[in-house]
Amino acid sequence: MTPEETKAFEDELYNFVGNSVHGGPRKGHDDVNAAMIRQWCEIMGDANPAYIDAEWAAKSTRGHTIAPPAMMYAWTQEGYKVASVGRPESDGQARLVRFLASKGFTGSLGTNVDQEYFADAKIGDSIFEDSIIESISEQKTTGRGVGYFFETFAKFTNQDGTLLGTQRFRVFQFIPPAQAEAEAPADSGLEVPTRIQAPRGQDNKWWWDACDEGKVLIQRCKSCQVLRHPPRPMCGECQSTEWDSIESTLDGEVFSFVEMHHPRVPGYQYPLIVAVIELAEGTRIVANVVGCDVADVHIGMKIKGQVDQVDEKTMLPQFYPIAS
Amino acid sequence: MNTLNYADVSVGDKLPGLELPISSSLISCAALATRDFEPCHHDKSVAQSMGLPDVFMNILTSQALMARFVTDWSGPETQMKALRIKLGAPNVPGMVMTVTGEVVEKDDAENSVNIEVTGENNIWGMHMSGTVRIALP
Repeated sequence: MTPEETKAFEDELYNFVGNSVHGGPRKGHDDVNAAMIRQWCEIMGDANPAYIDAEWAAKSTRGHTIAPPAMMYAWTQEGYKVASVGRPESDGQARLVRFLASKGFTGSLGTNVDQEYFADAKIGDSIFEDSIIESISEQKTTGRGVGYFFETFAKFTNQDGTLLGTQRFRVFQFIPPAQAEAEAPADSGLEVPTRIQAPRGQDNKWWWDACDEGKVLIQRCKSCQVLRHPPRPMCGECQSTEWDSIESTLDGEVFSFVEMHHPRVPGYQYPLIVAVIELAEGTRIVANVVGCDVADVHIGMKIKGQVDQVDEKTMLPQFYPIAS
Repeated sequence: MNTLNYADVSVGDKLPGLELPISSSLISCAALATRDFEPCHHDKSVAQSMGLPDVFMNILTSQALMARFVTDWSGPETQMKALRIKLGAPNVPGMVMTVTGEVVEKDDAENSVNIEVTGENNIWGMHMSGTVRIALP
């Protein structure tokens, strides 16, 4: 779009602000009833007797069962029509979404919902929803693409006009990246993420191959016998390129450590302690300390390592506290 | 089932964790129990046309699970005051969501407690995070 076209588009877009979604309060199809509450609780795994046990509820502070507050928005949902024929032409939110989609903003993502509850709904209550398009943001670029956030504000009342709750629902409507559709149907199942694999090159492949066999090796200079880690082609002491290796006993202590908080990387278990460990042989190695509370890890802590299979693809030395 | 007393709850208290396997049945049946008939929550081909591998959990279910996670701990006389949820990565079948929570604030004026809740799935990470405010006797 040219700047002029964008201006015209946005002028039209911001006209939606203040529009009613249903043209005023709309009554839910079903009054609050025990069957829908019981089914909701059964599927959600919610055993709260305040919702489903009339006998318990009669003796409770409230004196009767209540609808789960988190069901508030369920009572006024459109229903199966949404799947069979689509949302009605008159729906103010659907009109906004269609307008954005007509300009390429076809992606839709609910990002935030804030609900506040002021009164309980009980069996027999009718639920009314009155929603407006409350705000539309300026154009934003997010990880999903370029688009607009819009927010609806809904008031929920019962047949007496009592305010049961309010809701702010925020949606990001965006232009989906072009490749998304081509990549789509991945019917191979979910791939469980593994740890980031170490690159294996000429100078370190032998070390990782041994690790795959359950051994941690330390490189040793053939000429001056000095140990070194991580693997590299030349001795730092005597510059010899001749080397062999010894197997570490994996006895050691924590030289230094950090706890990785953020960003969390899929495939890693948290809490995640990354330590520099001084091995009994004298070289240091970076590895995870596991098998104890994070609060117990300290510099100088005596630890013992073993090579574990940490996921489907990865063998890694991990270090455990020695019971003192 | 007992309900916690306001006096017995402290900032820093951790709620018992919940591990929830996500199945197609849970996603579709829960979407219908919340009366959300958007096809992407029960029709895999529609979800795939949106670039996802399979049907994905609807927001009303995430809200329900967040609310249930808190009242499982706090008990049936809990008054739910507010539920604020931020959505992240979708929950799709085959994942396991781990829900954790911690008391972050107490307000003596109305006996209310704020609990921060997060639900992470084992494949894509953060599915939901938010705050639930409850009042306790």
